[in-house]
Amino acid sequence: MSGGVDSAVAAARAVDAGHEVVGVHLALSRMPGTLRTGSRGCCTIEDSLDARRAAEKLGIPFYVWDFSERFRADVVDDFISEYAAGRTPNPCMRCNERIKFAAVLEKALALGFDAVVTGHYAHIVEGPHGRELHRASDEAKDQSYVLGVLTTEQLAHAWFPLGTTPSKAVVRAEAEQRGLTVAQKPDSHDICFIPDGDTRGWLADRIAPATGAIVDRDGAKVGEHDGATSFTVGQRRGLNLGVPAPDGRPRFVLEVRPRTNEVVVGPREALAIAELAGARYTWAGADPVASGVTTRDAGAEPGADAMLPFACHVQVRAHADPVPASAFVADGELVVRPLEPLLGVAPGQTAVVYVGTRVLGQCTIDRTVAADLLVPAP
Amino acid sequence: MIYLDHAATSPMPPAVRSAYLSALEVVGNPSSIHSAGQRARALVDDARSRIAATLGVDPIEVTFTGGGTEAVNLAIKGLYWMRRSGALPAGSAGSAAPARILVPRTEHHAALDAVEWLAAHEGAELRWLEVDALGALRLDDLADALGDGSGVALLTMLAANNEVGTLQPVAEAAALAAAVGVPVHVDAIAAYGQVALSPLPHGVSAVSISAHKVGGPVGVGALVLRRGAEVVPLLHGGSQQRGRSGTMDAAGAEAFAVAAELAHAELAERAQRKRMLRARLAEGIRNRVPQAVLRGAAGAAAVETDPARAAALDALALPGTLHLTVPDAEGDSLLMLLDAAGIAVSTGSACQAGVPEPSHVLLAMGLSEAEARGALRITLGPSTTEADVDALLDALPAAVERAQAAGLAARTPRLGR
Repeated sequence: MSGGVDSAVAAARAVDAGHEVVGVHLALSRMPGTLRTGSRGCCTIEDSLDARRAAEKLGIPFYVWDFSERFRADVVDDFISEYAAGRTPNPCMRCNERIKFAAVLEKALALGFDAVVTGHYAHIVEGPHGRELHRASDEAKDQSYVLGVLTTEQLAHAWFPLGTTPSKAVVRAEAEQRGLTVAQKPDSHDICFIPDGDTRGWLADRIAPATGAIVDRDGAKVGEHDGATSFTVGQRRGLNLGVPAPDGRPRFVLEVRPRTNEVVVGPREALAIAELAGARYTWAGADPVASGVTTRDAGAEPGADAMLPFACHVQVRAHADPVPASAFVADGELVVRPLEPLLGVAPGQTAVVYVGTRVLGQCTIDRTVAADLLVPAP
Repeated sequence: MIYLDHAATSPMPPAVRSAYLSALEVVGNPSSIHSAGQRARALVDDARSRIAATLGVDPIEVTFTGGGTEAVNLAIKGLYWMRRSGALPAGSAGSAAPARILVPRTEHHAALDAVEWLAAHEGAELRWLEVDALGALRLDDLADALGDGSGVALLTMLAANNEVGTLQPVAEAAALAAAVGVPVHVDAIAAYGQVALSPLPHGVSAVSISAHKVGGPVGVGALVLRRGAEVVPLLHGGSQQRGRSGTMDAAGAEAFAVAAELAHAELAERAQRKRMLRARLAEGIRNRVPQAVLRGAAGAAAVETDPARAAALDALALPGTLHLTVPDAEGDSLLMLLDAAGIAVSTGSACQAGVPEPSHVLLAMGLSEAEARGALRITLGPSTTEADVDALLDALPAAVERAQAAGLAARTPRLGR
């Protein structure tokens, strides 16, 4: 129970369903920000008081569980090191993967609970091949993307009571009707451990910046930067290039190379990605072969995880639109090829693969191939 | 519900409740000059006399406060400021007013946070005092810290540790301090009404007590300030009491006095009963949860095989407190599981926004952070029965097993890896 309206209503519905429910607020910071207004999903004293008040209203026991050390190691430090490595991580995803449906769930199971219930907007369906994760009924609020990391075992002990609610307005109205004081509390935004929302400034305090070269795709130096890690793929502003592009058109960040402290820039077309791939992939429930979505690649080495291409949709950011794609597994990687070249893709982001409304699985993007550089598969 | 957290707050006995309710019907501000005011004033003065009697002091030496924390703050800050009031401006020659505060590492947060505030804002210098493995102040370290008394503003110490229940060597410490002219504040909030504190040892300048720990109302406390001691007040206003401004709480004072008298009238009898119940509890834990480690003087008494030594150790403990640590388990998991079984206990340590920290008391006693995390404090009260103790003993093994499994899961994460 974060202290927001969603988890409060989710808890209420779990109580209504007849379960024995205990409210848990996660302490994710040893130094909670004091009394900022608005929900950030964690970290403020006010959020913890709001969560407690909701639990009191529902008549359920309430406890604060301290996961600040795990959160720091698995989410905050991971966020910093991913950026330092030139990748763009999603900390909410990491929190779901490592904290809410891992550390919290494991503790809960050991203590005798059956499941973790959250206020996420996503829907679990009992499918023919086991539990499936689907998009929420309210597409505007859908959070299935940030839950795409959940595995069969995690889904087996998860429940999202808000998943079939038609809209957030319904949730707020229900909270109002139940007398929950958080009914009109603003939605959380941003990253909870960066209170003022200034991610760049926060990172700059933690990753020592060093000046380096800005180069074009051919390696020619076109400018200097104050620190490679403060750039994001797709960024156009703030490059301060000394050498104009030959064609005079704007240039964008194509790649960040922390090892050589280089930022690679180029034309907008070069941002269009035709292929993305990651070796760290998981399936949310039955894998594509077991689900009948595709078949194993019979030509692959025996025992190797290899799957023939199958049609799907891919989503690369929490608020991006899913786009039609083809995906396959080969050489230890989940490879996804959008049917149309895709913008706004950077290593470190998570690519979630959908079939219809169902989340099939995900990978953390290790590498991308620009559309104009893609060598067609044999 | 089975309530075994009497050290947090003790239920109000019916006699106290009815005295409190009657007193609430008395109209008048105790400082008003008219007869109504005088009737209210009589309640306060009478209560003051009765509280004073429980500690063998004179009524003028008792100042009612808005609770124990205020009493502790008034004593520590008030004594410190008074001792500093002769100080010359910083840097000027001869500005030798004492600034050092001697404070055991195992104090309650009311004292810890007060002295740390004085260190951060008022130029105090803190000298932390060590405790032994049972949690008792080490007099050798105190003697060392006192020296010839120069530069020492005051000593503050507990009469009994609120977490592990170990009684502190107040008389010996006060004698050492008095010999070098250092004033002593005793935080007796956990000890008052549990063990006899009267007569106050020579050398004690101030004693803090609280009503709700002995069955009185929350928000009522008192500072005993011996005749020779003066404090700079925390609150400025109408100067209604010695060292404190603010309208006097006649009903609160009356209820406190009734609760205090009751606790003292039955003190020996209650203590004996609680020691018996605690022995039953300790034995049951040793049989049913052998991996648990009993802490403090009471814990040492429970595992001592020599009867004479065991009795001596038992006498060094508050009668109703039993503290234990369970390896590989988090205290808050144990607390939650026992809560689910209808039994209220405590982890003993202070919480910051509900987040349990490893107890500074246990760390000072030499426990590792890992050991300190598995802490559980069980405190018995006058209403506790054998059946309550047995219910805890029945619920504890399963709670320990689950809490240890959860602790193991936390150390060897598997999901999401």
